[in-house]
Amino acid sequence: MMSAMEQTLSHNPDTLVKVRGLRFAQGDRWIFDGIDLDIPRGKVTAIMGPSGTGKTTLLRLIGGQIKPHAGSIQVDGQEVSRLSRRELFALRKKMGMLFQSGALLTDLSVFDNVAFPLREHTRLSESMIRDLVLMKLQSVGLRGARDLMPSQLSGGMARRVALARSIALDPTMIMYDEPFTGQDPISMGALVQLIRLLNDALGLTSIIVSHDVKETAAIADYIYVLSGGKVMDQGTPEELNRSDSQWVLQFMHGLPDGPVPFHYKARPYFADLMEGK
Amino acid sequence: MSDRLQALGRSGLQVFERLGRGHLFLLHVLSGFAHLIPRPQLLIQQVFAVGVLSLLIILISGLFVGMVLGLQGYNTLVDFGAEESLGVMVALSLVRELGPVVAALLYAGRAGSALTAEIGLMKATEQLSSMEMMAVDPVKRVIAPRFFAGFISMPLLAAIFSAVGIFGGFLVGVGLLGVDEGAFWSQMQAKVDVYDDIQNGVIKSLVFGLVVTWIALFEGYDATPTSAGVSRATTRTVVHSAFAVLGLDFLLTALMFGEV
Repeated sequence: MMSAMEQTLSHNPDTLVKVRGLRFAQGDRWIFDGIDLDIPRGKVTAIMGPSGTGKTTLLRLIGGQIKPHAGSIQVDGQEVSRLSRRELFALRKKMGMLFQSGALLTDLSVFDNVAFPLREHTRLSESMIRDLVLMKLQSVGLRGARDLMPSQLSGGMARRVALARSIALDPTMIMYDEPFTGQDPISMGALVQLIRLLNDALGLTSIIVSHDVKETAAIADYIYVLSGGKVMDQGTPEELNRSDSQWVLQFMHGLPDGPVPFHYKARPYFADLMEGK
Repeated sequence: MSDRLQALGRSGLQVFERLGRGHLFLLHVLSGFAHLIPRPQLLIQQVFAVGVLSLLIILISGLFVGMVLGLQGYNTLVDFGAEESLGVMVALSLVRELGPVVAALLYAGRAGSALTAEIGLMKATEQLSSMEMMAVDPVKRVIAPRFFAGFISMPLLAAIFSAVGIFGGFLVGVGLLGVDEGAFWSQMQAKVDVYDDIQNGVIKSLVFGLVVTWIALFEGYDATPTSAGVSRATTRTVVHSAFAVLGLDFLLTALMFGEV
């Protein structure tokens, strides 16, 4: 256990999120079994891995919605699990999170959804809020959709509105939970570009959790590959494509069989069939 | 044997744990009142959704319950030549018991189930979670307005139920069965007491409003975030609310009218 002094000294200003020795269990299963991650400031960092490796759980841990069983998660030098509710809420104002479903408030229009965090957290006048909301919507290309209700939006549009909402308070970082899942090629292309553009234009730090290898590798500066509660490999997309781990290669290239077998663990096929008599 | 004991102990612990969570939840909701003072429009919207939209079912049911009371009461009272007391009988049954209880049961079915489903779906679609990540406390922003709206609406709905019911009894008793109109109203005026009867009825409906809304909101907030989970939570809201209302009604009646 490091002292508070050492922790402050070891805090690297270029690292926004620092995860050390993270362990987290759900039921009897260790989802994370000792994970170290560094999310550098101003970069797009991807966290990849097969479904069920707890990638979304990692974002919830960083956002302080759940607490780790062991290890430390520091955001901007603050230990997330030790913050009071008030401090945590103050920290969250600096974090945006884009949920997989978009998670728009269904009883509010697109405009009111984007205005929601501004109205909750600021005392800006309505005309100022209107300007800000229109600017955010313009940046995701949906200024014209401001009067629609969430139920009238396509999946891709809903995610872009949610993106506009998560940048409404000008956060320092955004976490994307599976941003590409279930998107048609056009909205996928738009999202891929938006994430990179917003990151560079607003000076954000982005964390993308995804298993869409091609899209994520196209915009990520650095990738962590998780599986079985461990970091399997890490590096830039090029480095990972040349990884010497068979497992990482299978994942990066989407091969159906390899170290991860195509068949779920089962008894021998023949014996299983014979038993049905 | 020890397995069964273990299972029994575990389910017992789960029940108490849930009760505890429910009470902490209530405290959290109550602390959200301060959040509402600067923005009364949040509360007004919910009074509309919870109260005003329940009016139709309350009006219609109240009218019919009153009419049935009029018919049944007349048939019994006429044997004793006491049909002139019909007004008192209808008014006391409604104000003391049926108004608060039936209105609360209807409210649980109409508004309570809707609240559970709404909150449960907001949880399932990550809306509550996303609010938390926007540093907005969903209990204060979403749950508290609904809770206080229920608390305000319930006594009003019960009062409207009783008033319409008395009118229904009047329609049947005076209009249909020929009870003397003057006796109907004057006996009612003489025998129904503001404190003993009306105030106690209002207290009952306040308690029912609190309990039913609390159950409905907690079930939604605590629901398993899947479609099956929300459907189970909605069912539980209606069933538990009905039990709570009927059980509490007995308790309150024993306390209020026990010595009579």
